[in-house]
Amino acid sequence: MAVALAIKDPNRERELIARRAIAFFVVVVLCVGILVARFVQLQIFEHESYQSRSDKNRIQVQPLAPPRGLIFDTNGVLLADNRPSSALGIVVERIDELDAVIAELREIIALSDEQVEQFREAKKRARRPGEAVIIADNLSDSDIAALAVNRHRISGVEVITQLQRYYPQGAIAAHAVGSVRRMTERDLQQQDEAAYRATQFIGKRGVEAYYEDELHGRPGFQQVETDAHGRIRKVIDIDPPKVGKNITLHLDARLQQAAVDALGEQRGAIVAIDPKTGGVLALVSKPSYDPNQFVVGMTDAQFRALSESAYVPLFNRATNGQYAPGSTFKPVVGLAGIASGAMQWDTQIDDRGSFRLPGGEREYRDWSWTVDNSGGQGMVDLRRAIYRSSNVYFYDVASRLDVNYLAGFAEDFGFGRNLAVDINDASRGLVPDPEWKLGAKGEKWYQGDSVNMGIGQGDLLVTPLQIATFAAMIANRGKTVRPQMVKGVGAMPVPDASSSNSSHLTSLTDEDWQQLTAAMEDVVHLGGQGYRGNGTAWAYIGQGIGYRMAGKSGTAQVVEIRQGEEYNEEELSEFRRKHAWFMAFAPVEDPQIALAVLVENGGGGSSVAAPVARKVVDAYLGSPVVMR
Amino acid sequence: MSSDFQRQMPGGQSADQSHWLYKVHLDPILLALVCIVLGFGLMVLFSAAGEQTSIFDAQFRRVLAAMAVLIIAAQLPPGIYMRWAPFVYFLGLLLLVLVLLVGVKVKGSQRWLEIPGVLRFQPSELMKIAVPMALAWYLQQRVLPPSPKHVFYSLLIIALPALAIAAQPDLGTSILVAGAGLAVLLLAGLSWRYLIYAGILIAAAAPLLWQFALQGYQRQRIITLFDPESDPLGAGWNIIQSTTAIGSGGLFGKGLLQGTQSHLDFLPEARTDFIIAVVGEELGLVGVAFLLLMYLCIIARGLVLAVSAQSTFARLFAGALTLTFFIYLFVNIAMVSGLLPVVGVPLPLVSYGGTSIITLMASFGIIMSMRTHKAW
Repeated sequence: MAVALAIKDPNRERELIARRAIAFFVVVVLCVGILVARFVQLQIFEHESYQSRSDKNRIQVQPLAPPRGLIFDTNGVLLADNRPSSALGIVVERIDELDAVIAELREIIALSDEQVEQFREAKKRARRPGEAVIIADNLSDSDIAALAVNRHRISGVEVITQLQRYYPQGAIAAHAVGSVRRMTERDLQQQDEAAYRATQFIGKRGVEAYYEDELHGRPGFQQVETDAHGRIRKVIDIDPPKVGKNITLHLDARLQQAAVDALGEQRGAIVAIDPKTGGVLALVSKPSYDPNQFVVGMTDAQFRALSESAYVPLFNRATNGQYAPGSTFKPVVGLAGIASGAMQWDTQIDDRGSFRLPGGEREYRDWSWTVDNSGGQGMVDLRRAIYRSSNVYFYDVASRLDVNYLAGFAEDFGFGRNLAVDINDASRGLVPDPEWKLGAKGEKWYQGDSVNMGIGQGDLLVTPLQIATFAAMIANRGKTVRPQMVKGVGAMPVPDASSSNSSHLTSLTDEDWQQLTAAMEDVVHLGGQGYRGNGTAWAYIGQGIGYRMAGKSGTAQVVEIRQGEEYNEEELSEFRRKHAWFMAFAPVEDPQIALAVLVENGGGGSSVAAPVARKVVDAYLGSPVVMR
Repeated sequence: MSSDFQRQMPGGQSADQSHWLYKVHLDPILLALVCIVLGFGLMVLFSAAGEQTSIFDAQFRRVLAAMAVLIIAAQLPPGIYMRWAPFVYFLGLLLLVLVLLVGVKVKGSQRWLEIPGVLRFQPSELMKIAVPMALAWYLQQRVLPPSPKHVFYSLLIIALPALAIAAQPDLGTSILVAGAGLAVLLLAGLSWRYLIYAGILIAAAAPLLWQFALQGYQRQRIITLFDPESDPLGAGWNIIQSTTAIGSGGLFGKGLLQGTQSHLDFLPEARTDFIIAVVGEELGLVGVAFLLLMYLCIIARGLVLAVSAQSTFARLFAGALTLTFFIYLFVNIAMVSGLLPVVGVPLPLVSYGGTSIITLMASFGIIMSMRTHKAW
């Protein structure tokens, strides 16, 4: 065998190789057959499923956020606008090495350390999954161009151009208009998810919150062809979003500004209402905040400064601040006395500066009480009791009234209730009665509680909105006024809330209302009567006034003064000083504005709050725009 | 050997040999088929390149250069190839060792030798030709079919470069080099029984190979083959997207430049290894079938030329190169259509990229040389 192996036979070899080549070619044909079979399987039999898979790859349906409705004041001044704004966002879920991406971004556009820090904070906050976290706002055109040029370097980064809420009035109308905030996952769960799929901001306060459904609009959708990086290459089909409805408020931006100016640096609230419609003409709470900060975003430190400030700028004092009404409550007591028949307009009382219940030990003092017992208003009837603000008179009336009757009477004026049509988070305040006291404090009602209530102290709590409503109802001669922010939604005017006389108030006559109005006019206009003769506010606002104003001051104690205790107002800390109230409506013959002014810890109602009220009413009645 | 020349000529002078191209040692049929595939490839690449026309231009220049290489390779007579075979082989082996020692690393593989500023090349590419050439040279001197001893040495000749290339690691080229070598052995009459034994052996050793021979990513690729959805965004992504591209093409395809999978970047490596998916998506089953038919014709013509060559060396060498071409296209198309695991093998004559097209055109030049030179 070994020898045979050494012999080479070229012909045999050639045949061998040829046979092998043919065998190979058969194998090749078989293999190509396998490939063809595979392609037939993919392209013929499974074509449809791959076709839909390929479409699913490229075609996506994206929601389009509807532009939010605008908010105007009564004269068409913009209170809430939309502005296009480009922001740089990072989809954190799509990125592995965040630090590297940020370093890369910093080579392309200028990012401050603060912005990066802010981004890291924002990243921790609740948001919708897959939503970009904003790292830079209000990008310039050159920033956008630089990012576009370099977009291949960075994935998971998006330039988002969207209409963003902008409040031209800033802090001035913050509490009146409210504001939008960035939507969180919880917001999304509470809303119709389909309607909010593209929406980033939702109304969280004030009108923005109450009219969210009208303002929001309906989202649109677009069918787009996207590439593997999620970038849109082509819009295939578009169903445009439906713009939210515009809203017109009763609010008068100029009056609002005047009210803010009138309050100056003082803490407090002003609510002005059109007594005819209940429309809220101005609603101020100070200190305030810039609602644009919530749109643009702020650092934790900034937010903490706002939310933890002792002056609570985010708190809406006008609708939610609850204070003792002090003497502004006296007209309620007086009218209750008249309506119940407990006394007449000409019933007189000798006010010697203090009051004692029959058989009682405690001495209830007048504000004019002095140590030498020379205080008091002398002989007072109801009218004088109002313009001199006699405590003793109202102690006496309250002590003779059934407390449940008085409470019911107060509730007819809106106290302890929220009469507002479209401010659903307004506080109700508190009108105490025996049932409440037993439930809340476990104590029975004492006659002394009624006496305290007579001058608007004790457990009684009211909001500036309620006092303004009360003033409007007096101007309206008892017809119920329901405060309302919005005048019209879209092209449709919102009807005024129906007003009718409430049960207790029907027993009051026109004569009674005229008497009360006259007494309140005296508060402002009765002057030159010498010592203990002038209206309480006359010295501060009653001179040089070009119209007739009916008003009532109030000075609400914040700390209880114990029996016989002396105190020095100056020594009390800032937050323990008295609150200054003034309510008014004008002009008396045809009331166009009713308002409440509260100056927190401001001191005397006549000296501090009344001048503020005068400035606001001056601005309103003196303004040519609103001359009717 | 020259005395055998006349007797070894095939029976009748076929008509094509009178063609003027034969005088410049080119086979008109093979050349025409190769040009058709090259043209088809350029057309598909033009579509796959999209807006990046520079890619098309670069490939067009490479095709021209490769055509020059083919012509030159065809001019060299088989005798030269045979004389140089052992030297080229050992030079290649030396370079492969150098690659492992001082090669340039690109994307985790050490495949390149570089003389900075002068040139940069892959010695493994040379081995696709050098291994079948050396084996043909070795077996030419033996009685065929080869004895077990010669089979053993032949396997050694194959295994040394194949293992060195696999160590780079470059599994795709390693398979092609080993395939080219084995093709020579099988053409030379290696008993089919060996093949069966080897198959049984590999099957038995598979668990061990799985455990020790394969890298982690290679194991993952095999897992992916059977279940692409196991890692749809990672290893499975390529196969999911390529089968989606092919399947969505249907019978007639979406049309050139209309493939959404490739133009929207869903299909990775659309211009290089996965370009057959672009063919499938844009030209449909019809386009794929046409390309496969052209390939089949090239193989048929290559084998005809090989068989009718004038020496055992020439037959073995030309036949093995033709079969290497087949392995190329089969591995690539089977991989892209999800029949084989992902290995880095380009689609011959179509994929974008310089090295493989030069080597392939050189092979075709050699195949023509083996047949057209009369005296050597």
